[in-house]
Amino acid sequence: MFKGMTVTGAVLGLAILAGAASGQDAAQKALADATKARQAQMQLYAFNLGLLGGMAKGEVPYDATAATAAAGNLSSLAQLDQSRLWPEGSDEMGVEGSKVMAELWANMPDAMAKGADLVTAAAAMEVAAGTDLASLQAAMGALGGACGACHKAYRVPSN
Amino acid sequence: MAKGLTAIVFVAAAAAAGWWFTAPVRVDPEDYVDLVGVPARGEVVFHAGGCASCHSAAGATGEARLILSGGRGFASDFGTFHAPNISPDPEHGIGGWSVTDLANAMVHGTSPEGRHYYPAFPYAAYARVTPQDIADLHAYLTTLPAAATPDLAHELGFPFTLRRGLGLWKALYLKDGWQVTGDMDEVAARGRYLAEALGHCAECHTPRDALGGLDRDRWMAGAPNPSGQGTIPNITPAKLDWSEADLIAYFTSGFTPDYDTAGGSMADVVSSLAQLPEADRAALAAYVRRLKPIE
Repeated sequence: MFKGMTVTGAVLGLAILAGAASGQDAAQKALADATKARQAQMQLYAFNLGLLGGMAKGEVPYDATAATAAAGNLSSLAQLDQSRLWPEGSDEMGVEGSKVMAELWANMPDAMAKGADLVTAAAAMEVAAGTDLASLQAAMGALGGACGACHKAYRVPSN
Repeated sequence: MAKGLTAIVFVAAAAAAGWWFTAPVRVDPEDYVDLVGVPARGEVVFHAGGCASCHSAAGATGEARLILSGGRGFASDFGTFHAPNISPDPEHGIGGWSVTDLANAMVHGTSPEGRHYYPAFPYAAYARVTPQDIADLHAYLTTLPAAATPDLAHELGFPFTLRRGLGLWKALYLKDGWQVTGDMDEVAARGRYLAEALGHCAECHTPRDALGGLDRDRWMAGAPNPSGQGTIPNITPAKLDWSEADLIAYFTSGFTPDYDTAGGSMADVVSSLAQLPEADRAALAAYVRRLKPIE
């Protein structure tokens, strides 16, 4: 009887522990998923910037239609709803592979303002990309500045 | 007795020689007296020299980078240095400085009062800047907004608090001449001037020895980040395979060939380089491609 209770208690205890662990796993997975989603979004930025930058450098012939499409993608990407992309705890210490510094969450209004600057720069690129090559080239600086401002402030230096 | 006296005289002479040897050096005012500074040209010198990267307030962007109130901290193996106010404020900045005061600071690391500056201020590179560029820079700096921000004291440990010792450092590490030599067209020579004199690229991209002097055998071959986070990359052709077009694009927008962006201190550097004439960014790119490959 007594022994049976001990065993039941032990089993129950293990079950609670396992439950806590799986809750922790789920929370950790949510942080990792958000990190992966952010990085996927960054890759899509880079992919579309690649065409615009190639044109700016003269490596790809300028094509107003293709440039406008790529710039439009950047604009859409910058305006995606990101409310689930930046959960607190998904910083460099919290998630393997994350390069976000914890300072981002301590300075949310500033980070949001930097995000808004990117929306503005991408919209300007959308206009410039369809105008001519010189306009496209001139708009690259502001776009790079908008991306870099957030990286500089909130990303762990990578090299 | 006579022997003891000789020893005392000898020690005194050695001390005097040491004191003389470590004395701050000044420019010849004759080299500057006839120069007329042009602010518009000085603006290019200002951006090429990256003055705002250290002397503007931490986190300053856009127009705020022209307010040179100082205050940013720079961690090093010797302690933390704080950039001083170099705005035209007569009390807290350098509003009272003449062209030769600025030249003494930039070329010899010597303050108007005759003290050594710490080499966190990159006079080891600025020593190569032409008198005309210094006169132009002086003219431009006077057009910027004044800021009444007092300087912060450096936070250094003993013996680095003894500024006189910097005379020895200067004797060891202040070198004339150029690092990259050989056949140079006008573009590459301009790039070398921008990189080795004004841009002071090597201050971060070249490793240092125990006393903080540049290891010139590993010119631009990368170094630990003095902030302690990560490393500054090797930008010689042995490790950096970017084309000149890639480099120019990077200096203009901060985008790497993979469309990542400059981070850390390099983001500030790009903010300055982006203000240069396109031809100067191309010259810098030509210089980088001519660096000796070092693994």
